[in-house]
Amino acid sequence: MAEERRPKQCTVVLPTESMKAMAESIGVGQLQEESCAALSEEVSYRIKEIAQDALKFMHHGKRCKLTTSDIDHALKLKNVEPLYGFQSQEFIPFRFASGGGRELHFYEEKEVDLSDIINTPLPRVPLDVSLKAHWLSIEGVQPAIPENPPPAPKEQQKAESTEPLKAVKPGQEEEGGSIQKGQGATSAEAKGKKEGLMRMKPRSTHELSVEQQLYYKEITEACVGSCEAKRAEALQSIATDPGLYQMLPRFSTFISEGVRVNVVQNNLALLIYLMRMVKALMDNPTLYLEKYLHELIPAVVTCIVSKQLCLRPDVDNHWALRDFAARLMAQSCKTFSTTTNNIQSRITKTFTKSWMDDKTQWTTRYGCIAGLSELGPDVIKTLILPRLTVEGARIKSVSDGPVVSNIDKIGADHVQSLLLKHCASVIAKTRPLPDNVEQYRVDYGYLGPMLCSHVVKARAQAALQAQQVNRTTLTITQPRPTLTVSQSGIGGSGGSRTPSIIKVPSSLTLMSTRPGTPTQPSPPATKYIVMATSSGASSTQQVITLSSSSASSVTSTVASATSTLQPLVKLESGGAGSLGGSRPLQKYIVVSLPTSTSSSLESKSGVLPPSSSTSPILLEAGMKMERSDSPGASTQSPH
Amino acid sequence: MAAVQDGQLNLEVEKDIKTEITNDDSGNINANSSSPGSTSSGGKSKSPAGSGEDQQTLLAVLQFLKRNKLTESVDILRREAGLSADADDSPISESAGAGSSGAPNVGADGGDANSLLSRVSIATPAALPATAPLAPPKVVAASGGEDQPDVNVVLSAYSQQGDPVLYPLYYNGLKKFIESVLDCHRAELSQVFYPLFVHMYLELVYNNHENEAKQFFEKFSGDQECYYEEDLRILSSMSKKEHMKGNETMLDFRTSKFVLRISRDSYQLLKRHLQERQNNQIWNIIQEHLYIDIFDGMPRSKSQIDAMSGSLAGEAKRDANKAKVFYGLLKEPEIEVPLDDEDEEAENEEGKPKKKKPKKDSMGSKSKKQDPNAPQQTRIPLPELKDSDKLDKIMNMKEATKKIRLGPDNLPSICFYSFLNAYQGLTAVDFTDDSSLIAGGFADSTVRVWSVTPRKLRRVKSAADLSNIDKESDDVLERIMDEKTASESKILYGHSGPVYGISFSPDRNYLLSSSEDGTVRLWSLQTFTCLVGYKGHNYPVWDTQFSPYGYYFISGGHDRVARLWATDHYQPLRMFAGHLADITCTRFHPNSNYVATGSADRTIRLWDVLTGNCVRILTGHKGPIHSLAFSPNGKFMASGATDSRVLLWDIGHGLMVGELKGHTDTIYALKFSRDGEILASGSMDNTVKLWDTLKAFDDVELDDFTAATGHIHLPENSQELLLGTYMTKSTPVIHLHFTRRNLLLAAGAYNP
Repeated sequence: MAEERRPKQCTVVLPTESMKAMAESIGVGQLQEESCAALSEEVSYRIKEIAQDALKFMHHGKRCKLTTSDIDHALKLKNVEPLYGFQSQEFIPFRFASGGGRELHFYEEKEVDLSDIINTPLPRVPLDVSLKAHWLSIEGVQPAIPENPPPAPKEQQKAESTEPLKAVKPGQEEEGGSIQKGQGATSAEAKGKKEGLMRMKPRSTHELSVEQQLYYKEITEACVGSCEAKRAEALQSIATDPGLYQMLPRFSTFISEGVRVNVVQNNLALLIYLMRMVKALMDNPTLYLEKYLHELIPAVVTCIVSKQLCLRPDVDNHWALRDFAARLMAQSCKTFSTTTNNIQSRITKTFTKSWMDDKTQWTTRYGCIAGLSELGPDVIKTLILPRLTVEGARIKSVSDGPVVSNIDKIGADHVQSLLLKHCASVIAKTRPLPDNVEQYRVDYGYLGPMLCSHVVKARAQAALQAQQVNRTTLTITQPRPTLTVSQSGIGGSGGSRTPSIIKVPSSLTLMSTRPGTPTQPSPPATKYIVMATSSGASSTQQVITLSSSSASSVTSTVASATSTLQPLVKLESGGAGSLGGSRPLQKYIVVSLPTSTSSSLESKSGVLPPSSSTSPILLEAGMKMERSDSPGASTQSPH
Repeated sequence: MAAVQDGQLNLEVEKDIKTEITNDDSGNINANSSSPGSTSSGGKSKSPAGSGEDQQTLLAVLQFLKRNKLTESVDILRREAGLSADADDSPISESAGAGSSGAPNVGADGGDANSLLSRVSIATPAALPATAPLAPPKVVAASGGEDQPDVNVVLSAYSQQGDPVLYPLYYNGLKKFIESVLDCHRAELSQVFYPLFVHMYLELVYNNHENEAKQFFEKFSGDQECYYEEDLRILSSMSKKEHMKGNETMLDFRTSKFVLRISRDSYQLLKRHLQERQNNQIWNIIQEHLYIDIFDGMPRSKSQIDAMSGSLAGEAKRDANKAKVFYGLLKEPEIEVPLDDEDEEAENEEGKPKKKKPKKDSMGSKSKKQDPNAPQQTRIPLPELKDSDKLDKIMNMKEATKKIRLGPDNLPSICFYSFLNAYQGLTAVDFTDDSSLIAGGFADSTVRVWSVTPRKLRRVKSAADLSNIDKESDDVLERIMDEKTASESKILYGHSGPVYGISFSPDRNYLLSSSEDGTVRLWSLQTFTCLVGYKGHNYPVWDTQFSPYGYYFISGGHDRVARLWATDHYQPLRMFAGHLADITCTRFHPNSNYVATGSADRTIRLWDVLTGNCVRILTGHKGPIHSLAFSPNGKFMASGATDSRVLLWDIGHGLMVGELKGHTDTIYALKFSRDGEILASGSMDNTVKLWDTLKAFDDVELDDFTAATGHIHLPENSQELLLGTYMTKSTPVIHLHFTRRNLLLAAGAYNP
């Protein structure tokens, strides 16, 4: 291995073209090839020397990242004037350009409009250094507090639940032993354990310590108690505390039992509290919830579709609970649905089945529609839109017909507004202009006219947003057309440089458009998503969605997108999937419910969530893309 | 301590130091500069070497003048020196031999192989009486063509040159031979590969055989031990003769001989082989650039060799670690602790504790008898104790009685101080001994001090205000403080570069900081101003530390020299030179008589403060050393490096006694508990680990043989010694400290 690497070290030398470029930049033309070679060797050597010294400064600065200041200090050591103007703590984004057969990397310095700077509000003042103390360990045991890392990382929880036998393996056992020791057992004890328990399958203990029991009691009481402030604190604790995994089974049982009891008693408030607990649990990044979905999902679904959730359905706002629970359901579909558990398809089936049923009550009906529409625009498009006419007729019969019961009336009203809300945005994205009321009535029946007005409103809003989006993501959209050209093999003038645009430099620029967004999704997560999208059979669906989306958000150059656009588009779906609801779409195809795939091909109904913060993700996806485009193309053909 | 009781004496003591220093400085530096590289025989060959070098210098000057067409001066100089006109025609060949080895006049006439041989074997003078004379090294003579005396002064040795094409053949031949020898010798002889490889490569480069050098490198660099990779990388970038001039690593290889320890049997094998094969090229390199320390007895095993190797210049010579080190602790001064303990604060404040019976606890018994291994109390003049120091000692003892006894069953609690919003800029941390203050050094050149007790930091009033206060009042010490300035933290501005080292004085009145700007600064914690900037290092100062008794401090940096200072002298008292690369960390021995320095040349050296000599060279780390810690009893030392291992050392014997594996990144912090039972290590991998040092030191069996030869068998027991691992949340651990009650404090910057 080492042998493979080292020869490389020996031969890495800057290209002579760079020497020429540099010479030209200071006015020396016509540098001879020999001098270039000599220069480049010398320069490479010096640069390596500087880099080695800079590493020293990095080590003494107790960092893992080499910064520009390290280079400056290294230059200072050599009595060389440091480079001024490179003070970025982050890496410096070099842009890449080419033309006339020459390639160039440059440091982009944009012209800044002063009025922009003057008009933007001042950024927050960076906080000063402060000191905070916490217990890393108390008499050898690490307390499970937010300041410490979770005692059992998510991977370990997963491993425990998915492969319980693995823990018996000797290597693992040893590791466990050392952890045990860390937790305060003596080495002698650990040894004894090692010998004694070597062959035994470790029983996972669910005993809670006294403190944990107290905590559990406090938290559950606060969560369902009457004091809202306390509840907020308790939920915050559930959502952030890293040491909860041992209590997870209890929480899960608490919720599922709680829902069961309170649905029967129609205690709306308690149901809401319990759903908020579910939300908090799902928000906790350290918990491996998969193990307890069998308890949580039924509880949530109950809160969505139950016939009656409160004592006075005509007055109480149980609709909000249904909406909230539906969002929870959608979120868990997004995070937990896999090809093996098929949560999303099963849930979709459940919802559709009861929706289709004529005898279903309006409350349940509302829940089903809410649950489905939260799953994303594609679900709406394929499942809800075709049934709008039927549903419209039903609503009409209630509102126009004789007043049977007030409850039905209210239910129908709610269903109607729900349908309008969700469908309008989808139609606005997919249906071509103009919005003709009559045409709408023909297509969607009773709801048509109302839909039409909603759609018009939605379009106006989208246009407004698109403007903003276009402004912020200007740099992102630019490379796309060129990319398309190269993929399709139309060797234009830009053809030669397109492949390089996928390379890092340009991506760096993308990154730089939003340098300090604190809530940037981390690249590792993105990677995961991208891989997932490229692997499953679902990728075709995704491709379709996205080609349309880019067409809608970008300008006319892309509107003529042919099938060659797909790779580009897929990359976008990866990005969008991490934010909005486009990921569920993929699963939808797996369900294979009655829809017309051909229509989906034509109508291209995808919605790209206003992607203001997707830019860093795009970069990741862009790098992955090259690899994934061939499977994408192959899965495309069967459709 | 034979406490110096009056103030006058103090001055005399200082004077003593000064005179000593002036005497020592020259000798010390001289000795150091000549010892590491120049010759194997030290003093013996010195005088002839001196004259030889003089002549050589003269010749070099002559050459220079000649080249610059200053013929007149040439003539004059020649006349003055009494040289014949033809003497300067063949100077280079001479310098080729003489310049490198220090043994003069192995001349152009072919030289005497036996004399060369004897140099190699001087460590064991009886070793090679019957060596057959080698063929005269003709290559030496063949190098007359070189005409660059200025470069030659340093590089001359490489001017001897064989056919570049044959180099790989030579190397391969040796490789084949070593692979074919008996197993027991193979490991030992394999040590030769790396230095040979380096020097052959450098020879090729020096003689402008760039392509051959590259090929040679590519062919054989993969065979070298992985821990040399860093150096190989530097070597690989060096492909031109011009590169060699300014390169420090190159100079290190050149000026210091690579030290190998080889058993007599193995050495004989190697020699016989080289003689049979007439392999002069390799033989010359071995003679010129390697120092082979031959010992009698069994050849060492591969693991034994690996444990000790890895340093830039090979292992330490055996006799380098033979000097006696007084590692014992100094006697504690007799301070009477008021027996009616607890609530005696008021009494203590008066500063004159009553004379009562000496206390009866462990501290007392320790101080009764002089440790035979301890240095004399007055070996190094130490500052006398002030009343406040005595108070502090009393506090210390009181706290010590409440100290928790640690052990594998009784692990310490760890309190972690996270620096928030430090934006990757935290570079150094220190705690005061009583754990009341924390200081942090930052990359933005600031030093910040925090109080971690409710007591806030206050500044002394200004001079004008001070004149107004009643000096007779009982609470004058309170009154001089300016309440208005009370705050939890203070910022000290003054450096102009990142602050890499920081250290509190034991009495908590001063703070030292060392920085990239080449200065060490002394700050007052009364006024929170800079008192002195110690200039001397021209390059970044990586670390500094106060002596445990105050007054002295040590600093070390990029200029490879560690300096010992006294706070009231603006020039260093001692300069410790000898390391071959940056000094990365510096620590005082608990008895203040010795100083340990860790370096980027992957060695640790222990220096005697009194004489300025290097008394220990400890090799075994495979990366730059970034942390050092002495055990409280002064007997042992722990060191951590970028190779993510902690090594334990017995100072008295100069031996490695343990290796603690488990970390996965550079170890920046090491600390022994107050009683030395537990070693805590903190690393860039965001963990604090606790190790059972009692067991580690017990497990080592030090028989006489091991002690005499230095061949250690390291027990593979890292896992048993590891008592606990505590992950932080993405916070590298850069400092550790045990409070007087054995609570472990850790510090680092949260790095989201």
